[in-house]
Amino acid sequence: MAPAVLAAGAVVIVVLPLVGLLQRVSWSSLISDLSAHDAYVALRLSLETSLGALAVALAFGLPLAWILARRRFPGRSLLRGLVTLPMVLPPVVGGIALLYAFGRRGIAGQLVYDLTGWRFVFNTSGAVLAEAFVSMPFLIVTAEAAFRSMDRRGEEAAATLGAGPAYRFRRVTLPAVAPALAAGAALAWARALGEFGATITFAGNLPGRTQTTPLLIYLDIESGHEATALALSLVLLAVSLAVLVGLRDRWLGHP
Amino acid sequence: MRSRPVRTLVSVFTAAASLALAGCGSNASTTGASSSSTTTRSTTTTGSPVTGTLSVFAAASLTGAFNAAKTSLVGADPGLDLNYNFAGSNTLVAQIEQGAPADVFASADTRNMDRLVAAGLLETPVTFARNKLEIAVAPGNPRHITGLADLAKPGVTVVLEAVGVPAGDYTRAVLASQHVTVNPESLETDVKSALAKVTSGEADATVVYVTDVRAAGPAVTGVTIPDSLQPEITYPIAVVKAGRNRAAARAFVTSAVSGAVQKALEAAGFLPPR
Repeated sequence: MAPAVLAAGAVVIVVLPLVGLLQRVSWSSLISDLSAHDAYVALRLSLETSLGALAVALAFGLPLAWILARRRFPGRSLLRGLVTLPMVLPPVVGGIALLYAFGRRGIAGQLVYDLTGWRFVFNTSGAVLAEAFVSMPFLIVTAEAAFRSMDRRGEEAAATLGAGPAYRFRRVTLPAVAPALAAGAALAWARALGEFGATITFAGNLPGRTQTTPLLIYLDIESGHEATALALSLVLLAVSLAVLVGLRDRWLGHP
Repeated sequence: MRSRPVRTLVSVFTAAASLALAGCGSNASTTGASSSSTTTRSTTTTGSPVTGTLSVFAAASLTGAFNAAKTSLVGADPGLDLNYNFAGSNTLVAQIEQGAPADVFASADTRNMDRLVAAGLLETPVTFARNKLEIAVAPGNPRHITGLADLAKPGVTVVLEAVGVPAGDYTRAVLASQHVTVNPESLETDVKSALAKVTSGEADATVVYVTDVRAAGPAVTGVTIPDSLQPEITYPIAVVKAGRNRAAARAFVTSAVSGAVQKALEAAGFLPPR
């Protein structure tokens, strides 16, 4: 009996807020709330920046996952720990850290700014960078586990048949890890889409440039535009749910 | 096989929903009970020591002054557990509307105060301070900004506060009256985060209150905006009706108008109410 009661507590903590959100959504004005200019601009920007962050994660995170899984070198565990840190780091701390690295007076940011006059802060690229920072570890962790645990006999057989490394990777390794990669990519994308703390701290908040959907939701709630905030929240909730349903075989799978 | 988990899920949702409704009901009744109990307590008003927990929700620009006043307030009433919640006035309004446990609300403008007054959540507000706007730039003013018109210069990175944040709204009104079109690079959630963009070197300038520039010390340089352009910036304060400690709340409001809090405000550069 006692475990069931306590378990109900967990369900209440997790599920009740969602019920609360749903019961406050103004369903009749949903379409008009979402097609309002600000909302549309923020949703489009969110789509662009989250896909941009996913592209960054795939381009740079995937090779890193491969190296972490297949190469042995000193400090590998430390490196793995460091690159997965953003998964548990408070995003606002990440945002401040990004400022010190890529801000106008940051380690790399100052150099880039002095040489080219270009910067991440207050630019869409900054929002992409902030989202990549928090979401890339999800891809790295999933991909590394897949690279590590896959059955390597196929790769070995291909090698004995004379297939080069690139061909082996493309035709044998990639198909073998594709489901895991898709799951990692979906997780990373969903995390990027919901990013708030690092973005507002590092990139700023300007409609069409850095004001992604979570930022607009926050500002709308603050300035009394509850209907728009709830409509946008519903969109993010639906997307999260869709990602979860897509991953159900991996996570919620069969007992 | 499939239908059982679904049915469980549905029953969980129903249970959660009914709990939510029950929560609403009990919440309303506690508020009623607490307000009646505070009425009895507030009959023992001035003179007697102020005790208990007091939550003051105050505009971000009041951070320095209110914190400075805390020492003398708690020194005079050791039984007082004074807590502040500083944010943009519009954020605080949203929080109080959602039932956040505030005893006192101090706003940086009358518009946000009026929102809560109209909602019937506050006792009658009183004005306790006035302020002025000032341009904040990097130390030594490397971009040579001399006035509002310079904020529109190309190459000058400006951040302002978001729509609804009092300082941002005041600034936009002044800029519009001067026919100066500024394209801010970011719209910050309150004066402190706008100022932080200048102190971190990301922005060249922002517009905040005179008191914010003063509180930031050597981290920024202030560029004065002439009195003829200054908007009327008044800070109202009010007791929150649903608060649990109305006696302490009223004492705090009194202190803000003419006591230790007012002294701290003056020391921080706020102007007394007219």
